[in-house]
Amino acid sequence: MKKQRAFEDFVHGIFLFLGLVTVGFVLLITVYLVIAGIPAIREIGILNFLFNIKWASTASEPSYGILPFILTSVYGTAGAIILGVPVGFLTSVYLAKLAPEKIRTVVSGAVSLLAGIPSVVYGLVGMMVLVPGIRRLFHIPDGASLFAAIIVLAIMILPSIINVSITALEAVPREYEDASLALGATPVETYFRVSVPAAKSGIAAAVVLGVGRAIGEAMAVMMVSGNAPNMPELFGSVRFLTTAVASEMSYSSGLQRQALFSIALVLFLFIMLINAALNFFLKRSKE
Amino acid sequence: MKRKIKIALLRALCIISATFTCALVLFLLVYILAKGVPNISWELLSEKPSYLSGKIGILPDILNTVYIIVATLIFVLPLGVGAAVYLTEYAKNKRLVAVIEYAAETLSGIPSIIYGLVGMLFFCQFLGMQTSLLAGALTLVIMNLPTVMRTTQESLKTVPQSYREGAFGLGAGKWRVIRTVVLPGCIDGVITGCILSVGRILGESAALLFTAGTAHALNGFFGGLRSSGSTLTVSLYMYVKEEGEFGVGFAIAAILMVLTLLVNLLAMLVGRWFKRKRNYE
Repeated sequence: MKKQRAFEDFVHGIFLFLGLVTVGFVLLITVYLVIAGIPAIREIGILNFLFNIKWASTASEPSYGILPFILTSVYGTAGAIILGVPVGFLTSVYLAKLAPEKIRTVVSGAVSLLAGIPSVVYGLVGMMVLVPGIRRLFHIPDGASLFAAIIVLAIMILPSIINVSITALEAVPREYEDASLALGATPVETYFRVSVPAAKSGIAAAVVLGVGRAIGEAMAVMMVSGNAPNMPELFGSVRFLTTAVASEMSYSSGLQRQALFSIALVLFLFIMLINAALNFFLKRSKE
Repeated sequence: MKRKIKIALLRALCIISATFTCALVLFLLVYILAKGVPNISWELLSEKPSYLSGKIGILPDILNTVYIIVATLIFVLPLGVGAAVYLTEYAKNKRLVAVIEYAAETLSGIPSIIYGLVGMLFFCQFLGMQTSLLAGALTLVIMNLPTVMRTTQESLKTVPQSYREGAFGLGAGKWRVIRTVVLPGCIDGVITGCILSVGRILGESAALLFTAGTAHALNGFFGGLRSSGSTLTVSLYMYVKEEGEFGVGFAIAAILMVLTLLVNLLAMLVGRWFKRKRNYE
C-alpha cells in the first residue's frame, strides 16, 4: 500500500513537472532576452537607443538609434489594421450570420488555407507581384516599400481577425437577436445593431491579435520592404523591428550584435503589452 | 427608404468583403501553382545542389523538413500531453492552473523571430549544439507546445467523468485510470495537435534561420540532426533573396502550397471523423 502511494506521488510529480515546463519556457525566454538585451542599452544609453533616428551599425563611428524601426513597426501595423480589419470584420459578419451553410464551409476552408500559407510564400508573391506593381503604379524607382509591407501584413492578419470575430459573433445569445427581430428590425439591422455590439470585446480581441501578428511578422516583410534603416515613409524603403534583428544577425559581432538583442527585447516588450491587452479583452468577452 | 438603402449597402459590403477574401485565396493558389509547377522536375526533387554542375536540387531540403517535423513531434507530444493531463486530471490549485494557462497563451503570442533568437542563444550557444536541425527542432518544440497542450486539453474534457469514476470505483489507482481511461480518450486531440503542428513547422522560417541554418547537405536522420540544414521555407528564402533563383523559389512555393492544402484537408477530415465517432458513442 505504501509502495503504491509512493508510486502515485512519483507519477504526480512527473505530471506536475510537465505542467510547469510551459512556465519554465516563458521564464527562459524572458530571462535570456533581458540578459542579452540589457548590456547594449546600458552602453548606448536608453534614451539614445530609443529616440536617436540614426542607425548606422557598421559605420566607423557607429550610431545605434532604433526610433526608425519602432516607428516603422507602429506605422506598418497601423496600416495593416486600417486595411485588414474592415475586410476581416465584414467577412466574419457574413460568415457568422448571413452566409448559407454551403458557402460558409467553402469560405471557411479558404480562410484556413490563408492562415496556413507560409510567410515566405507571401513574401515571394509580394516580391513578384506587389513590388513591381507599386513601382509602375506610383512611378517610383523601387516598389519595395512600407506600402508593400502594409498590404502583405493586411492580408496575413485577415485569418486571425476573421476566425476570432466569428467565434465572438457566434457566442452572442440567440435570444438577443430574436428579441430584436421580434421588435421589427430586419436581420441585417439586428446583426449590426445587436450582435456586433454584444460581441464587441471578442472583436476587439480579434483586432489586438491582428496587431500582435503584424508586429511580429519578419520574413514576409523582409522580402518586400526594402530593408534600409530610414525613418518611415509610405513609399520609401524601410526596416521593421523584426527585420532589423533578422537582417544583421548573420554577420554581426560585438556591440552591434548586442544591440540586435536589445531590439528583440524592445519587440518582446511590445508583444507582452499586446498579450496583456488580448487577455483583458478575451476575459471580458467570456463574462 | 433611407433605411432600406442602408441595409442593402451593409449587406453588399459584407458580401464584397467575403468575395474579396475568397478571390485573394484563389489568386494566390492559382498564381503560385501556375508559376511553380512548370519548374518542378524530377531532377529538382531527387538531387542535391552542386556547384560543379550549377544544378539546384531540393532533396536535402525536403529531407531536412521531414527530419525536423519528426524530431519536433517526438519531443513536443509527451510534453504537451503531459501538461494537458496535469491541468485536467491533477491540478487542484486554481492559481497554478491560471499561471500555466497564461504562460501557454504568452508562448503562442511570441513572434517566431524571438524564438529564433532565444533558440540560437540557448540551444546553439549555451548548450553547445551549434546551428543544427536538433537546435531548430527544440526551438520549434517551445513554439508548438501550446498547440498540442490545448488540443489535448479539449479532447480530455470530452472524456466523460463517469468513466473515471467507474475506474476508480473498481479500485484502480490514479495512474492506472489515466493510463487506461484518460489517455486513450485523448487520442483525437493528440492527432489534431500533430496535424496543426506539422502545418506550423512546414511554414516556419524565421525561427529556423539562425537555429537550424542554411546548409543543403544530404544526411541521414541522426546525422542530419547534428548538422546544419535548411528546410523548404528557409531554402525558398535563401534562393529567392540571396541567389535570385526565382524559378526554384516558385517550385518550392508550389510544393509548400500543396502540402498546406493537404494538411488543411486532413485536419478537416480528421475533425469530422472524430466528431462523428463521438456522436456514435
